Amino acid sequence: MDFHLSEEQKDLQALYQDFAQNEVKPLAADIDREERFPQETVAKMAEMGLLGIPFPEEYGGAGMDNLSYAQCVEELSRVCASTGVIVSAHTSLCATPIYLFGTEEQKKKYLVPLASGEKLGAFGLTEPGAGTDAAGQKTTAVHKDGHYVLNGSKVFITNAGPADIYVVMAMTDKEKGNHGISAFIVEKGFPGFSIGKHEEKMGIRGSATSELIFEDCIVPEENLLGEEGKGFKVAMITLDGGRIGIAAQAVGIAQGAIDETVPYVKERVQFGKRLSQFQNTQFELAAMQARVDAARLLVYRAACAKDAHEPYSHLAAMAKLVASETASDVTRRCLQLFGGYGYTRDYPIERMMRDAKITEIYEGTSEVQKMVISSWMGVK
Amino acid sequence: MSFEEYKNLWVFLETEEGKAKNVGYELLTPGRRLADETGEKLVAVVIGKDTEEVVKNAVAYGADQVLVVEGYEYFNYNTDTFSYALEQLITKYKPSIVLIGATNNGRDIGPRVACRLRTGLTADCTGLDIDEETGNMAWTRPAFGGNLMARILCPDTRPQMGTVRPGVFKKGEKDETRTAEVIYEDIHLEADKVKTKLLERVKEVAEAVNLEEAEIIVSGGRGLGEAKNFSYIRELAEVLGGAVGSSRAAVDAGWIPHAHQVGQTGKTVAPKIYIACGISGAIQHLAGMSGSDTIIAINKDPEAPIFDVADYGIVGNLFDVIPALIEEIKTLKNS
Amino acid sequence: MNILVCVKQVPDTTEIKIDPVTNTLIRAGVPSIVNPFDGYALEVAVRLKEAVGGKVTVMSMGPEQAKAALKECLSVGADQAYLISDRAFGGSDTLATSYVLSVALKAVEEKERAPFDLIFCGKQAIDGDTGQVGPELAEHLGYAQITYASDVIMEDGMLQVKRESDEGYDYITAELPAVITIVKTPFEPRYATIRSKMAANKAVIPTLTAADMPIDTSRCGLKGSPTKVKKTYTPVREKHGIKIEGKPADEAARELVGLLSDAKIM
Repeated sequence: MDFHLSEEQKDLQALYQDFAQNEVKPLAADIDREERFPQETVAKMAEMGLLGIPFPEEYGGAGMDNLSYAQCVEELSRVCASTGVIVSAHTSLCATPIYLFGTEEQKKKYLVPLASGEKLGAFGLTEPGAGTDAAGQKTTAVHKDGHYVLNGSKVFITNAGPADIYVVMAMTDKEKGNHGISAFIVEKGFPGFSIGKHEEKMGIRGSATSELIFEDCIVPEENLLGEEGKGFKVAMITLDGGRIGIAAQAVGIAQGAIDETVPYVKERVQFGKRLSQFQNTQFELAAMQARVDAARLLVYRAACAKDAHEPYSHLAAMAKLVASETASDVTRRCLQLFGGYGYTRDYPIERMMRDAKITEIYEGTSEVQKMVISSWMGVK
Repeated sequence: MSFEEYKNLWVFLETEEGKAKNVGYELLTPGRRLADETGEKLVAVVIGKDTEEVVKNAVAYGADQVLVVEGYEYFNYNTDTFSYALEQLITKYKPSIVLIGATNNGRDIGPRVACRLRTGLTADCTGLDIDEETGNMAWTRPAFGGNLMARILCPDTRPQMGTVRPGVFKKGEKDETRTAEVIYEDIHLEADKVKTKLLERVKEVAEAVNLEEAEIIVSGGRGLGEAKNFSYIRELAEVLGGAVGSSRAAVDAGWIPHAHQVGQTGKTVAPKIYIACGISGAIQHLAGMSGSDTIIAINKDPEAPIFDVADYGIVGNLFDVIPALIEEIKTLKNS
Repeated sequence: MNILVCVKQVPDTTEIKIDPVTNTLIRAGVPSIVNPFDGYALEVAVRLKEAVGGKVTVMSMGPEQAKAALKECLSVGADQAYLISDRAFGGSDTLATSYVLSVALKAVEEKERAPFDLIFCGKQAIDGDTGQVGPELAEHLGYAQITYASDVIMEDGMLQVKRESDEGYDYITAELPAVITIVKTPFEPRYATIRSKMAANKAVIPTLTAADMPIDTSRCGLKGSPTKVKKTYTPVREKHGIKIEGKPADEAARELVGLLSDAKIM
């Protein structure tokens, strides 16, 4: 077991940190307050190659591994969770399924612009009536005359609106349940495809979250991703990988909260002492840092397993379960150390607490992670 | 090199369009003191065009002798012509010490000439004295962003050269009755040896910021939170008849132009009163203002390092303290 | 346009702290970075190269670890790098450093069989803050110099340099080759991309030692330096001023103005 990063991974980690601190952090409070998608940051990340980290260079990617990708999401989320999820949804949920299941033509046409950052991606699975129960899909796709006609809607879609390319699940055969689901690549601008209601959220307010609406949307048949009826598998494998991204986001948020809290407690004086001199503060922060490191190791282990092409669904599920609960708890405890000031928008800690909560919900709730883990354990 | 040949202390009076930069006159103050200490002459060196006024002032501020190089080519600064003239003068008259103001032009000509003469140059000095042990000039300067002070000697070569930051020393009292010998030297570099050419001068009609001259400076820092809150600083400065300064943090945040910045990478100031509002007192900032006569700090953090250098401090919210202070000062003025 | 950028690896002086007990600099753990002004110089050089074509070489005098700084430069636009390193160069002041750089520059030109048209330096290094190496390098080479430049362009084959002045700025042109020192520019240096970072990581950086160039070692290092540091110390700034604490603003203000007026300061 080797806990050392390669020279490349270390170098890139420094690059992510530098970029996050100088370019992302200064915008974090504003995009949260204004509920604004940080288009300018996305353009810079595209330029730097941050939107295609784990894909081979021949497909426009950086040719790095999933560990480095996870570290990128972590470092971005450490200062701005919204920016972290933009990269995670784009990379894990849109570019990855095209890389794994796409034909050579599909990869050339869609993966190359996604990985090079020319285009932004999103993923549509969740529906008003089908959240955790993905099999309850109502969106349909009917195959006729060389194309599919999609009808229905998707909700809570990250990057919806700014994204150019969407991987969308729809029922091609309702009778077959999970085995009747198929995956499609849908471009912004396809006839009958539109963006619906924009969600006003508690946290990650800088990330765009909207509805996708399909009204007799025409999708060319060559945009079927994988085989017809294999969409559920595409979705599940995609979400397995996505969990590493979200878990990394959660670790970033938690570390970011500690980053903000440590200098604060060293400055703030109460009862004639700095807060950092109280043992309660010392113990709280020590316990938090230990938990964040534990969560981080789980995330890195899952990423390394994926890089080694080993089974990692359960590892990703454990990482996400622990990291997201750590993020929620750590941000809440950090805010407590800030006291009243932490509750104000003068400090970023309340934003971090709001941002943390979603990591326990999206891309599989904590309960879903427990299902995955217990099933792997054979506890049925 | 025979050191006996080298004597007298020179101050380079930088001119631009016939006017001298203040720092030159400022340097005549320590120059006078050091020349008296070593029993040598204080010599002002003026290279420029229409320098009559500058020469008169140099004498009034304490020079025993003035060396003047006049010419059309000296109307504006040029590295090649000016460095040639200064080098020629040094070679001919052999000064022991040369002080140059650390302006952009001073820091352009200084190293060029020192290198040509293969002698040492100490940059951006904040302290000048004679080393008791060796009789050499001892140059004191900050390094590592003001975290460290270094005392530097140039024992084996002559002249001993140094640049000194504007604002470190103060101009003395003018004595118009003084007289001194004025020597004119005719020095011109052949035109084909001049490698750079001024194409255009752009004078920015920026808000006049003359921090080095101000007797009172009110500075704002990160604690202001945003650009518009500089109105608090401006208002207090106005009531006191002072100038507006700032910390690097406020400049980096884009709240105020760089011309207002006090500190290691900004200006060095030494006013009678310096009021730091919402400035924590990073060492870089302290390096630029700790020579002020009276330092007043307003900061909500009682542990802020600015209080370590402050003569007076108020721990509190500057948005409450400054308006209250303005009221009190107005009351004092009216009484 | 064949461009050389001289860079220095420096401790990040904003991270330096003073040990409150010994009152000395704590240098351990202070990260080493590319001198920020050299970073601006490199950006100006790379922009110029992108505009008119050519090549950007970076050169640094320092220990083996300075290769990290050179790799950093390679990841943000430099095409090749040289490290100038020898025990004999240690302890050099600005005169000796600029001498070494001037000889090394000629050695690099010889190796590459191409003379440099422009040489860029940062206006000063943040550790020494002297700003003297650039002009002294120009003097050793006998080249034109323009200091404190914020932008450099070539228009119709003529060099145009925007130089900061006390009243605003000057536009200056110079014969080539020329040495130009760069201030903080209105634009930020670019970020590395993942690919450029990885390529830089793999780059092999040649080292030139005293033996690789015709250098007079008596003009290098401590013995070649006319300035001698007699001593260094951390400035003592502790004052015991009057601190008004825990009072409402109006009361505190009244007390302060009272004190100032009693002390005849105001």
